[in-house]
Amino acid sequence: MSIVNFTKVRKSVFSPTTLRGIISVVCLLAAWELGRHYHLPFLGAVPAPSEVLVALDRIMSDGKFWDHWLTSFVRVATGFVAAQIVGIPLGLAMAMNRFTHSFVFPSLEIMRPIPPLAWVPTAIIFWPTTESSIAFVIFLGAFFTVVLNALGGARNIDERHIRAAASFGSRPWDIFWKIVLPATLPSIFTGMAVGMGITWEVVVAAEMIAGKSGLGYFTWASYVGGNYPQIIIGMISIGIAGYLSSGLIRILGNVLTPWQRRF
Amino acid sequence: MAAVTKEASRPGNRAEVENDPRRDRIAWWLFRVRHSLSQPAPYIGLLGLLSFLLLWYVLTELLNVPRFNKLPGPVAVWEEFTSRRPTFGTSIYTPDYYKHILWSVWRVTQAFFWATVLGVPLGLFMGWRKTFRDYTFPILEILRPIPVLAWVPVAILIFADIASREAPIVFLAFLAAFFATALNTLLGVQSIDESYFRAAQCLGSKPRHIFLRVVLPGALPFIFTGLQIGVGVAWFSLVAAEMVSGEYGLGFLIWDSYVLSQFPVIVIAMVTLGVIGYVFSALIRMVGRMMMRWVV
Amino acid sequence: MSAASNSSNGEHVAPSAGAIEIRNVTKIYDPDGVNVLAVDNCSLEIAPTEFCVIVGPSGCGKTTLLNAIAGFHEITRGEIALDRQTICRAGYTAPPGADRIVVFQNGALFPWSTVLNNVAYGPIVQGKVPAREARARAQGLLDELGLSDIGDRYPGELSSGMRRRAEIARALINDPKVLLLDEPFRAMDALTKGVAQEFLLQAYDRVRKTVFFITHDLEEALFLADRVVVMTTRPARIKYVLNVDFERPRTFRVRSSRRYLELKREVFAAVRDEATKAFEAGERELA
Repeated sequence: MSIVNFTKVRKSVFSPTTLRGIISVVCLLAAWELGRHYHLPFLGAVPAPSEVLVALDRIMSDGKFWDHWLTSFVRVATGFVAAQIVGIPLGLAMAMNRFTHSFVFPSLEIMRPIPPLAWVPTAIIFWPTTESSIAFVIFLGAFFTVVLNALGGARNIDERHIRAAASFGSRPWDIFWKIVLPATLPSIFTGMAVGMGITWEVVVAAEMIAGKSGLGYFTWASYVGGNYPQIIIGMISIGIAGYLSSGLIRILGNVLTPWQRRF
Repeated sequence: MAAVTKEASRPGNRAEVENDPRRDRIAWWLFRVRHSLSQPAPYIGLLGLLSFLLLWYVLTELLNVPRFNKLPGPVAVWEEFTSRRPTFGTSIYTPDYYKHILWSVWRVTQAFFWATVLGVPLGLFMGWRKTFRDYTFPILEILRPIPVLAWVPVAILIFADIASREAPIVFLAFLAAFFATALNTLLGVQSIDESYFRAAQCLGSKPRHIFLRVVLPGALPFIFTGLQIGVGVAWFSLVAAEMVSGEYGLGFLIWDSYVLSQFPVIVIAMVTLGVIGYVFSALIRMVGRMMMRWVV
Repeated sequence: MSAASNSSNGEHVAPSAGAIEIRNVTKIYDPDGVNVLAVDNCSLEIAPTEFCVIVGPSGCGKTTLLNAIAGFHEITRGEIALDRQTICRAGYTAPPGADRIVVFQNGALFPWSTVLNNVAYGPIVQGKVPAREARARAQGLLDELGLSDIGDRYPGELSSGMRRRAEIARALINDPKVLLLDEPFRAMDALTKGVAQEFLLQAYDRVRKTVFFITHDLEEALFLADRVVVMTTRPARIKYVLNVDFERPRTFRVRSSRRYLELKREVFAAVRDEATKAFEAGERELA
């Protein structure tokens, strides 16, 4: 049987559900356009789809726009990867070693409720460049989620898998690489997906507050500069960028955890 | 009925325990506290915290390590926090401190209230009626990936007519919390086992019965998870919004202290944020436990 | 005593509570464009107050039949009638109702209500009696069935045996025409299962409703049933019908009687083929 079940795909694409979805999005766009046209309160303040499309046409050819995309992506990637590199081993260590867990967990739980953006001034004071301070804040944003998901995933491993491995005479090293790590991978990827969302939130905010480039800065600068339709472009760009990043992670997750594929 | 059934139905020897439930509960709680105090875990945790504080102190104030020495150390923060005439004007004795706290708390409460009142019913309907979900879910999924803070300019524009500086800030916190509550509620309804719906139908329920007696209680655990997440992201967004365009509030305090180089106050505000955030979460968890007494 | 054939034996039962007629029922699933024949041309007549047990390996489509009778699924061809009224045919399924109540495999007592409120649920939502009286009746029924102490407990606090019994009480309080049980004791260990079965028999002796019981456990079938219907595996067809003539009330001693062993020997051969086929099949069960 082929990997892709065409009947299934066809059925889900050409279904009443899709139709209703399309209808509602179209209605939303229409209401938005009309609201602007008739100067409705609240809704009328937002630039209309038609204006946005015009601005989009203009900006697509502007090289600086795509520079903003690149800058934001690079920031996201650095902070995110750093959070994974530090967070996953820490989470796993906490799951496997009671001392580590008791030592680190309370401090973690106390620091966690502090919103990452509250760290911005501290980061700016400490780190030499704006870039590094933004990267640090991004790192913090994703870090806690990553650690908790790795920890949770490792803790929820069915004890019986480990016992089965031990009864085959596995060494601790084997158990870690062949049982603990694969079993935790789904949770790690969930943590990554959620962490990615948080990362984008933090990036945008940090760029608005303290940045001079990037999509967040672009959006804010458009507002300050009075180019309101570009605000919408900025928002949509960020949304698309975030969605693409999460999608990439999901694909990566599916590749690395083939046993999770729905049947 | 046969003796077999009667015997089998009497629960163990539970009669003795039922004597004074309240006294027993306190005794049980005391036992648990004593038990956990006899474990190494809390002490190691304390050790961890103290190590962190010590490290902070050593790096910033004792050894004067470059770059670290620009940060406020624990001693400076503590002195500022507890002094009657604080250098930078913020301590537990200054009314301003509490004013900032109250502003932030009030904003989050508003945002959270609206997010719950609008998000939970929406999520319940979306979970219950597929047609409704088909129409509303795509819109949510399109709006959701847009980071809440990307809405700042639009929020300012939308509320420009009523010339309120409060409305955009609360709106942003509301937006963040709303997605969390609505989506988790939806997931909650979808998590209800099909058998419960079928059982309710068999027993002659009408749609309103199913909604009130199956959908709502069945989704409650997820709803509370969503509320906790919602309050968390509301804080997150609120602080950011306050930093950008606020006049009072803890987020504003942080940014303002930075601009005025009143560094110890930054830490005070951060820690306060952490504590209050934790308290909000804990409150919700408590309410959740009370409302869901059936969870074992 | 030889097995009766699976066709109607010509008796016409006067319309009374709980007669089920299943006529040439076929069910074809179509998930993802692959036609799956779940039930193939089954016909069966169940007399009022008869305790009918369907036996077959897991995933052979027996639950599909139960779901059709209960009103949860549609059928592709054929007809199902309750007391001469069609409740299921191609293109029409009567909505589930309190005349044919299901006791589910994994238990469907509402975890967020106490046992008493669970049992009183039916009468309350049907609106026939005020809530207070419904609860009083529920407590009365629990008392009669030997479950008086568990009224104010939540299902999560109870053992699976207790839960199942409470669920049976919840069904019976509504005086249904038919009681449908979908492998209710499947998840229990053998000892608890025996006690639960006796409980069901005692309840049955008291109220004498038509019972449609599904199981994969042959011994359970022979212990409980008036008639045992053996079904084949995917697609489900009626392979073998057996009348079980032990007197009621039955006790566990029946299970060691010679007659019981004879019947077991007779049916086992029929079931074993199907079980082997299911075992060899290797695909995920439809259940």
